[in-house]
Amino acid sequence: MLLSLAIWIPIVFGVIVLAVGGAAGGDRSAPLQRSLALGGAVLGFLVTVPLYTGFDSHSAAMQFVEMRPWIERFAVNYHLGVDGISVLFVLLNSFITVLVVIAGWSVIESRVGQYYASFLLLSGMLNGVFAALDGVLFYVFFEATLIPMFIIIGVWGGPNRVYAAVKFFLYTLLGSLLMLVALLYLYNKSGGSFEIADWWKLPLPLGVQVLLFFGFLFAFAVKVPMWPVHTWLPDAHTEAPTGGSVVLAAILLKLGAYGFIRFSLPILPDACHKLAPLMIALSLIAVAYIGLVALVQADMKRLIAYSSISHMGFVTLGFFIFNAYGVEGALVQMISHGFVSAAMFLCVGVLYDRMHTRMIADYGGVVNTMPRFASLMMLFAMANCGLPATSGFVGEFMVIMGAMKVSFWLAFFAATTLVWGAGYTLWMYKRVVFGPVANGHVAALQDLNERETLVLGALAVAVLFMGIYPLPFTEVMHPAVGELLRHVAASKL
Amino acid sequence: MNWDAIAALPEMVLLAGACALMIMDVRVKAEHRQATFVAAQVVLVACAAATAYVWWRFGSGRLSVFYGLYLSDVMGHVLKLAAYLATSLALVYSRQWLIDRGLLRGEFITLLLFALLGMMVLISANSMLTVYLGLELMSLCLYALIALNRDSAVSTEAAMKYFVLGALASGLLLYGMSMIYGATGTLTLNEVGQALAGLVNNASERPFLVFGLVFVIAGVAFKLGVVPFHMWIPDVYHGAPTPMTLIVGTGPKVAAFAMAMRLLVNGMLELAHDWQQMLAIMALLSMAVGNITAIAQSNLKRMLAYSAIAHMGFMLLGLLSGVVEGNKLSAADAYSSAMFYMLVYVLMTLGAFGMLLYCSRAGFDCERLEDLRGLSRRSPWYAFVMMVLMFSLAGIPPTAGFYAKLAVLSAAVNAGYVWLAVAAVILSLVGAFYYLRVVKLMYFDEPKETSALEPGSGAFQFLLSVNGAALLLLGILPQGLMQLCFTAIRAL
Repeated sequence: MLLSLAIWIPIVFGVIVLAVGGAAGGDRSAPLQRSLALGGAVLGFLVTVPLYTGFDSHSAAMQFVEMRPWIERFAVNYHLGVDGISVLFVLLNSFITVLVVIAGWSVIESRVGQYYASFLLLSGMLNGVFAALDGVLFYVFFEATLIPMFIIIGVWGGPNRVYAAVKFFLYTLLGSLLMLVALLYLYNKSGGSFEIADWWKLPLPLGVQVLLFFGFLFAFAVKVPMWPVHTWLPDAHTEAPTGGSVVLAAILLKLGAYGFIRFSLPILPDACHKLAPLMIALSLIAVAYIGLVALVQADMKRLIAYSSISHMGFVTLGFFIFNAYGVEGALVQMISHGFVSAAMFLCVGVLYDRMHTRMIADYGGVVNTMPRFASLMMLFAMANCGLPATSGFVGEFMVIMGAMKVSFWLAFFAATTLVWGAGYTLWMYKRVVFGPVANGHVAALQDLNERETLVLGALAVAVLFMGIYPLPFTEVMHPAVGELLRHVAASKL
Repeated sequence: MNWDAIAALPEMVLLAGACALMIMDVRVKAEHRQATFVAAQVVLVACAAATAYVWWRFGSGRLSVFYGLYLSDVMGHVLKLAAYLATSLALVYSRQWLIDRGLLRGEFITLLLFALLGMMVLISANSMLTVYLGLELMSLCLYALIALNRDSAVSTEAAMKYFVLGALASGLLLYGMSMIYGATGTLTLNEVGQALAGLVNNASERPFLVFGLVFVIAGVAFKLGVVPFHMWIPDVYHGAPTPMTLIVGTGPKVAAFAMAMRLLVNGMLELAHDWQQMLAIMALLSMAVGNITAIAQSNLKRMLAYSAIAHMGFMLLGLLSGVVEGNKLSAADAYSSAMFYMLVYVLMTLGAFGMLLYCSRAGFDCERLEDLRGLSRRSPWYAFVMMVLMFSLAGIPPTAGFYAKLAVLSAAVNAGYVWLAVAAVILSLVGAFYYLRVVKLMYFDEPKETSALEPGSGAFQFLLSVNGAALLLLGILPQGLMQLCFTAIRAL
């Protein structure tokens, strides 16, 4: 019941906000719409808390399972459940949604109801993706998320928003349509079952596994995004409004990585082993090459977008070295990246709201006028480059340890991310925050207000807590990761 | 008297009702045309009641009456109900548009009802003779309807084109039927099926049968509007007055689907191996030509015409997956997926053209893409309805269009046509682009005129909203309609 609530509370509130916005004369009832949206987001977060507190962290089985027949003609079930991996993403998503609603509070002036409704609908659907245990249910939520994100980028985005929105939509749709064929093939081969857990036991010849692997790879690689299908992300991030960038980076990118864990690794272990060199190579290119690309960006949002691709390269690397350190490290990295990238985009949003520019060259000496902001952003910048005692360190360290077990050189190249990460993040931070006050606009900046402090402060607590004491996160995922690795180790030829 | 003839009660009701309306309308003055309009709706409701009664009385059995000319079965009932719904909505959606242009004449309603009668005869046909009878009754009424606005050169041209090509297609169909008749010695479709069972392995008869089959397929493909028999679709959709486009794009498609089922499945299932190959090529070409050409259109009606071609190609995926290497076990799955696709498609087309009619007003036809610019500012609710329709046409969940795609793709994959399924999804990605463009125009662009949309009549607003909401509702709970289609096909 809890999972259904986590999915449907935001969706129902989203519809209510939309209705209020439509019925009560659009933006005149904006305060009511904002309050309703906040209520929905907070309530949505509160119902996910018992998911964690009531979670049995010694069990690898799916928990909070709900099972109802949905489309009997195709044996599709409304089958929900979370294991130690997905429960964390449900929590992360609901938490980030609250922050996004608060962050947009006084920034979004036009079509307020539609804005909040899009985010709430998106939040509910994302919970649905993470909780779905049925192939069609997963696909429906996975693809339905495109619609609100398309609207968010296209309506409230920057000058080049239409191009970015269409590119985002078509790119991701291409991937998911090929996945649909793969799902239907598995449905056919498993004798008419859309249960993901049934597919884990399905024997498949290697040739078929490889084809299916590529079917899934297109869907997930575009979402992650992996090099070379990453080009939609910088555009989408740059043009999206702050809230859109936050959800995109913190949650939507995780869908791809999550897909690898749910589908590719356990269903197609032999193809995964066979193609691991390819995946590792693509991941390392993302880590190193995209890291260098990030270094030369002149636009802050673009820089953080490239940094996201680079960090996600670490995640896919962790998955495809097939050991517990690698997979757990990758998962920790995903959660941590959810906090850190959200915070970085919110920081850029704070500056953008005041200066209406994202160009690094327009800033300089922000610390003189915004000390509180500068110190918070310092923390997030450090987390972004993986400094110990921040959440960014834990995941990267674990993945590098995992890589070390496979090969020294693999670990060596992966570890270069610490250099690139520090390079692009700190250089940007230096140019924006330190130095003399660059111009009159910077001199007139106001420091963070209470609302912004609350949002960034909450993320700062999360980043530090996870960096100092990651056990609550790793402990929950441990049995599920063990189960996953058992599936990966067993050949299904 | 043989009371089994009551199986044709819906047709009798409609025929009597349409004749009565024709006589009544002579006495109705133009300003009281409303009376004819309401009477037509009453006739449609009576037909629905008659169909429901026949369904209830004969259950899921098949009943062949009038010496095997007419067949009453569940698929017929369901498709007829869909045709009534399409006709009834077409009347409501187009009423104001026709009044504004002085076209709401008695002929319109009478012709529409007779076209519907043709569809019903076609849907229930059990003999090649009845197929032809229904087809011609429907088509002739449609030609006249398109030319109703006789002062418009574009409409007249569209009607002429439709007529000439339609007559050619009828000729091809008749030629094919005559060959099948020559080979099997019967016109009744189930007897054709039995006769074919003995003939298909006869090497001397087979080329003759396949030759006839090609012509029959050409006739069916023309009515469905699939490549390479699609040429008339863009011109007719574009040139016809929008209400007529709405009519041509919905009810007749249901009838064409029934025609394909009757001729190919009821009659010539033994030749499935041959016609499935032809349909596979036509499906691929339709999806490719429809989706790619639609991108280049700036006229919404033309764009929807190419989209119709593409959708019919998709629907064929279900129709061509029934028999796998002579095995008919999953045939009901495949045909019911095609039927589900067709019903959902009709619902989407009704909504899309309904929206065009809703955005039109006296002296202004909403038919260019530009005309939808900024609609979300002018009317948030109807922009939302149009968005649902577009996403449904593109096959994005959670809308009904997605399950339609899922069903036919699943049928194709089950039948081993994985390559066709992959081609289909890639082409539907191409299709997504032009549907997205409509959403982009409505939501991302600023309107040219900022005045709110003129509200239509209460019934129009209500039904159009329900139409859009139904696609969302079917997108969340598709089981009912899917099961209904399966029941209908299994009883075939």
